[in-house]
Amino acid sequence: MTTNLPAALRRPRYLISWWPWRALAYAGTTVPVAAVLTSGLLVVVAPAVAVVNAARQGRPVELPVVVFLTLAGLALLAAAPLVSAPVAAFERWRLGLVDARPLPPARRLIAGDLLAGLAARYTSAAAWREVAYAGWLGAVVPVAYWTFLVLVLLDLTLVASPWLVTGSDDMILVWTTVGTPREAVPYAIGAALFVPVLCYLAGLLAAGQATVARWLLSGPPADPSALREVTRSRARLVDAYEAERRRIERDVHDGAQPRLTSLSVQLGLARLDVPDDSPAAGPLAMAHEQAKELMVTLRRIAQGIRPQQLTELGLAGAARQLAGETAIPVTVHADLPRPLPEPVETTAYYVLSEALNNVALHADATRADVRLTQTDQRLVVEVEDDGRGGADPVRGTGLTGLADRVAAADGRLLLSSPDGGPTLVRVELPCPS
Amino acid sequence: MLAEDEVLLREGLVALLTRFGFEVVAAVGSAPALRDAVGAYRPDLLVTDIRMPPDHRDDGLRAAVALRAHHPTLAVVVLSQYVQSEYASALLDSGDGRRVGYLLKDRVADVAEFAATLRRVVGGGTAVDPDVVRHLLRRTRDPLATLTARERTVLALLAEGHSNAAIAAKLHVTEAAVGKHVGNILAKLDLPPSDDTNRRVLAVLAYLRGTPT
Repeated sequence: MTTNLPAALRRPRYLISWWPWRALAYAGTTVPVAAVLTSGLLVVVAPAVAVVNAARQGRPVELPVVVFLTLAGLALLAAAPLVSAPVAAFERWRLGLVDARPLPPARRLIAGDLLAGLAARYTSAAAWREVAYAGWLGAVVPVAYWTFLVLVLLDLTLVASPWLVTGSDDMILVWTTVGTPREAVPYAIGAALFVPVLCYLAGLLAAGQATVARWLLSGPPADPSALREVTRSRARLVDAYEAERRRIERDVHDGAQPRLTSLSVQLGLARLDVPDDSPAAGPLAMAHEQAKELMVTLRRIAQGIRPQQLTELGLAGAARQLAGETAIPVTVHADLPRPLPEPVETTAYYVLSEALNNVALHADATRADVRLTQTDQRLVVEVEDDGRGGADPVRGTGLTGLADRVAAADGRLLLSSPDGGPTLVRVELPCPS
Repeated sequence: MLAEDEVLLREGLVALLTRFGFEVVAAVGSAPALRDAVGAYRPDLLVTDIRMPPDHRDDGLRAAVALRAHHPTLAVVVLSQYVQSEYASALLDSGDGRRVGYLLKDRVADVAEFAATLRRVVGGGTAVDPDVVRHLLRRTRDPLATLTARERTVLALLAEGHSNAAIAAKLHVTEAAVGKHVGNILAKLDLPPSDDTNRRVLAVLAYLRGTPT
């Protein structure tokens, strides 16, 4: 699928595609924009040309004219960056007619502080590139269009010549004269054959214009690489964090937990052999109880680091487990054809855990649905409940923390919670296959 | 026979089992070693951790379920760090549902009770951790909603494998009262009435597991 005119021109099917029509639409809409800019320029250019001609012919130049030219020139220069902003915005939109490729967004030059925005219009390279484009559109493009228009009119005249020639007087055809329709026919045929060439020329004209527009209207070209670097390092950070979390989880699960269990067993065994009336019995019993409580605490901590259920059951199984732990009935629909990357799984698990927790705490719901769907680009997690709705991230029901977690995984969180319910939390996480 | 990959805890459990009169014929630390040892020693009871080498996932559990298929008389108690009803179901579905136990690791700290549970399982009983039962209770729905609070408590104890007498003692009521509760529960859940404790437990567990989430 071709996305832009320059590429379409190189394809053999150009003439029978819809691209010539798009080129025509682009050229047609160029005319009014260029006309406005040209008339603006003429205010200054026309007197200036007259003055230059007068000077060359040795005629004196009147002072008012010089004053006018100076002031108008300065005014034009001052207004150009401001006028070119809306022109550039409109032209970016119009470029879509012949070029579907997204244009790197120009920085918002007028944002927030009006004064700073105005200053930026006069100091930024991007703004002056827009000025250059507006000047080019007002001065160069019309010349090219006129030339082309003349060519088109000539060709149409030639095509129509057999009908235009009347017996009484001869007709001038560009470089020769014909007297009868019969003599005009070969010219008409030649001109008809020239029509596809004209279509290509129109395409080339529009494509050339679009290329220049693209070059001048897209922001400074250094940005994309910088952006890539930022996202890459953020991904690195998330990966490092995940690896670290896994290490801690392993240490707790394989190191601390069994030892603590073993300690509780030893204390339990010791209690068997200490008579109840011994002074050691009380402290020993207390130590045993505390060790058991610590086991529960440590298990909760380990769960928080990396849910064991995820490691062992995968996301669908862990989701069912979470659903089972929720106080209200929760149905789980999982459609996960392919294995998921671990960070994505972990994020999804926390989303579910937090969302179900919210449902249980705030929603007043009688039931909830969990849907896990995997497309080839992303994993979608949806939690829907029939509660009272009105969930508001601003009021801090854990939703903002959830959104942060999702954002760190480069995903997004969507919420629909009208008063009276139902509430739907939808999280999309990228996981390219 | 005992399988637990963490040396300290393995030693502790050996001490515990010996102290309560069990004879520990082998203590191993991985799933393959566990399979070999059961083949070699033919123990009466296997106590195993779920998460073990080589994969550190559910190797211990899978080994236990496979062994149950080959040695129907082998009693198995698995220890789990977390409540995983899926695992409990897999284990209870192996063999005829007797001589199996699924306990949270934390239970071993209550040494005497742990030993008593093991005895119950070796004697042909079924032991499911109260937390797992609670889980199953929460997972299953509709008919359970018709149970009274007291009946639910009795049902939980029933699922853990206690006899009427034991339940009566725990709840400080007469055995006749418990019998009446149990009769009501079985009727409400559409289960066959039975006086055999174990058959009853199995019926209840099958009911709890069989209800889809």
